[in-house]
Amino acid sequence: MTDTASALDLPRRAASVHTDDAARERLKARYAAERRFKWMGAAAFAVAGIFLVLLLSTIVMQALPALRMNYLTLPLDLSAAMVNPQDAAGADYDKIVQDALLANFPQATGRQDRRLARGLISTGSGTILRRAVANGDVALGETVEYPVPLDDFADLYMKGLLAGKGSVNPVQATVTPSGTSGDIELTFDNDSILALARGLGAVAGENGLLRLTSGAASLLLGIDGGVVKMTEITPATVGAIAKGIVYSPLANAGPAPSGAASLRIIDLPEGSRKISDKEIVWLDGLKAQGLVHSRFNSQFFFTGASREPELAGIWGAVVGSFLTMIVTLGLSFPIGVSAAIYLEEFAKKNRWTNLIEVNINNLAAVPSIVFGLLGLAVFLNFFGLPRSAPLVGGMVLALMTLPIIIIASRAALRAVPPSIREAALGIGASKVQTVFHHVLPLAMPGIMTGTILGMAHALGETAPLLMIGMVAFIVDIPGGFTDPATILPVQIFMWADFPEAGFQQKTAAAILILLGFLIIMNAMAVIVRKRFERRW
Amino acid sequence: MVGYLLLVLAGLFVAAYLVGRARALSVVNGETSKLHSLPGQHGRFLGIMVAGPALIAVLLWGLVTPRIESAMVKDRFATELSGMGVPQVEAFIRDAKAIAFGGVAGFSDATKEAAASVYRSIHSTSIWIIVATVALLAVGGFLLSYGRISPAFRARHIVERVLRGLLILCSVVAILTTIGIVLSLIFESLRFFQQVPVYKFLFGTHWSPQSAFTGAGTEAGAVNPDIFGAIPLFAGTLLITLIAMLVAAPLGLLSAIYLSDYASPRIRAVGKPVLEILAGIPTVVYGFFAALTVAPFFRGVGESLGLGVASESALAAGVVMGIMIIPFVSSLSDDVINAVPQSLRDGSAGLGATKSETIRKVVLPAALPGIVSAMLLAVSRAIGETMIVVMAAGLAANLTINPLEAVTTVTVQIVTLLVGDQEFDSAKTLAAFALGLVLFCITLALNIVALRVVQKYREQYD
Repeated sequence: MTDTASALDLPRRAASVHTDDAARERLKARYAAERRFKWMGAAAFAVAGIFLVLLLSTIVMQALPALRMNYLTLPLDLSAAMVNPQDAAGADYDKIVQDALLANFPQATGRQDRRLARGLISTGSGTILRRAVANGDVALGETVEYPVPLDDFADLYMKGLLAGKGSVNPVQATVTPSGTSGDIELTFDNDSILALARGLGAVAGENGLLRLTSGAASLLLGIDGGVVKMTEITPATVGAIAKGIVYSPLANAGPAPSGAASLRIIDLPEGSRKISDKEIVWLDGLKAQGLVHSRFNSQFFFTGASREPELAGIWGAVVGSFLTMIVTLGLSFPIGVSAAIYLEEFAKKNRWTNLIEVNINNLAAVPSIVFGLLGLAVFLNFFGLPRSAPLVGGMVLALMTLPIIIIASRAALRAVPPSIREAALGIGASKVQTVFHHVLPLAMPGIMTGTILGMAHALGETAPLLMIGMVAFIVDIPGGFTDPATILPVQIFMWADFPEAGFQQKTAAAILILLGFLIIMNAMAVIVRKRFERRW
Repeated sequence: MVGYLLLVLAGLFVAAYLVGRARALSVVNGETSKLHSLPGQHGRFLGIMVAGPALIAVLLWGLVTPRIESAMVKDRFATELSGMGVPQVEAFIRDAKAIAFGGVAGFSDATKEAAASVYRSIHSTSIWIIVATVALLAVGGFLLSYGRISPAFRARHIVERVLRGLLILCSVVAILTTIGIVLSLIFESLRFFQQVPVYKFLFGTHWSPQSAFTGAGTEAGAVNPDIFGAIPLFAGTLLITLIAMLVAAPLGLLSAIYLSDYASPRIRAVGKPVLEILAGIPTVVYGFFAALTVAPFFRGVGESLGLGVASESALAAGVVMGIMIIPFVSSLSDDVINAVPQSLRDGSAGLGATKSETIRKVVLPAALPGIVSAMLLAVSRAIGETMIVVMAAGLAANLTINPLEAVTTVTVQIVTLLVGDQEFDSAKTLAAFALGLVLFCITLALNIVALRVVQKYREQYD
């Protein structure tokens, strides 16, 4: 066959059925359009995926610093002179903590300096110590080493979030200080420091004077075991003379040879950060003495809310969410399942049941904030139930989750094959017995899955709870269903609004906890579905 | 108190159940086959008869007594309260209650102490009354029904009828909720419209209700109706919704098409969960992200382009809301696209059309009613969304269509008007209910239209 074909030398079959160029062009265009369409679809999906990654990574990055907190270990004098063992609660713990702290800063003699030093640790330190004494965590009658939390700004600085470490370089000049404390003069034997300061935003004055104002980068000179902040630099006949303030006292006033002194430059000007140079020097001093430790932030996980970022905790909101969810589950599960059983198993198809059905579908689409208005008008104002209570919050959320549970339960009931019902009826069970003894147990996994998903939805809901006053600032951990409480998403909303920088990390950490609970609930739903759901 | 009573009733029910079951067994000397109903059903019957009426009494008591008690106290102290406005009277009652039953009272004086003691005595009387009623009903129920337990007695029918009634009651809760929503919105809105005319609310262009607040006990006439013009809110809501839909509609539709028709099984196994996670993230998290990351990003981009972008621009809120709605649009479109019969696709492929030509010229036109309805539902979702806009959109009511400026929405205003301690009756808080009514009506209308579109234009294949 092949032989004959080649022998006859027939025209070879065209490579393509598209013979003319125009057709080939059209085909090419169509294939290009096909590829473009596919890539558009992939790009659309990629945008959603990238956004998800971006969102989660931003929140995780923000949240990580909040998981640890810096504590300052201080030798606290709890001798009988300071704390009366008979009346331990009455002692002035704030004073004990502050005295121990100020002992580290002998140079802080002025009122302003002392206040600045006191501001390095949390204002709640005294209360924390009082609680530790009350719990018997520290022994009375002696001086004990006890860690107290740093203030939020100090904490953020230690985490490197307020000002960077800056660059630290040896000074290539011999520097001679004129004293060891207070305002001193520094003599440089060459003028390299002048060019450096000019490049860092120093303000030029007369005769080549350079002022390092709060708008310029900070120059901190480490010399003779102390730290000097430079304020002015003037050119001299040989080298330069700088004025400075001693932040950390010098050991002696001896000249430092070239390369012995180190210059730390913090590029972010002092005026545009929340922590001053003096605080930075002091904190670094404390850190160098080994007094500052970073520890797991148990304060955040196990205490209630606070206006102070370093004292604020999430536990109150977690308990509030838990109480609210109990009420929601206790109401919406029995009511939802009963309604689904009635509509699916007992109700005749008529206008009345049709109305209920349309109603349920519409309720599922009503904006959540409208449920909040309902709760405010009916539960709070008409029935006079307490504001901010988990009871009311749970009732509002129960009304919201009800349609979800009803729809899921009906689907689960419908999935049970009629043969089960017929068999039960056939051996003499009543309709009620059939449903409750045979159909409902088989539909339970599906109902549970729907309920868990509905509860996860309710746990993340915020808007309706703002309406019924759960946005109030509540420090105490709620102890019952009618106590004022707040819940996790509302706590996130409130913290996101607080201006203090420390709350931003707390907000992200609270979001992580909320997402953690949601993941657990969704995983539970998946497990229930995988393990128990039967298919017929 | 209601809680304790309910516990007691539960105990009564269990006790009556056990007694009833034992009685049923003893009347037939243990031969259960002689009974019409199972012994347990007899027990349940007795339990219902003992605890049921008492339960209704307790629930009614719990709902009604707080009001009656307050009314009695107000009546007793009518002379002292005569000079006070409504808010002061409420505060007085609240403080008296707090003194009487423990709680944080504002401040106390002799009158309040007196009112508190009156409260205490009324309350203890009312507790006596309800305890006596419960005891009477329980004993009465027991005496009436214990004698009825006999072999021929049809306890099962009664128990099942009661159960069925309970089931019906539960399904009526859905209707009650709707009625509750509609009535509360309408009543509060009507009170608002008595102070501010409807046309000024719906068509006015100036919205600044915060300046309407002149303190407690404001007279109705003191409200300036010109500052309740909601047009800027509607415009802002529409602007943000439009931006959100511009993001969500193409992205959601295209990713649905991609995942169902193009993606390999491996990508699909990743893709579906990604969209599900996106759908499961609480809106407050989106709001935090919008305010913290997206808004500053847009402002930075705008600055580098020389554009002034507000820090609470409509663009940031709209884009984030759009991303939030993507999974919603995508899952609805996915259902609709999958409902188009395979024979249509096969026919198109048989004619030589490429996959994208099939989708664009055959599948999408066939699925159009469903897609339109999905988009309408997404719009309704976007209009009702609250937390993202509360955290990322502005508070000032600007009437603008510039997406770079800050606008405010209906939901933001509802939240700002109602959060915090305010007099409930002021025009300002009532305005929130009027806005809620508008919101409810619009979303309801959108849902109904979406439903009708599908019903009316759906092609019947097969």
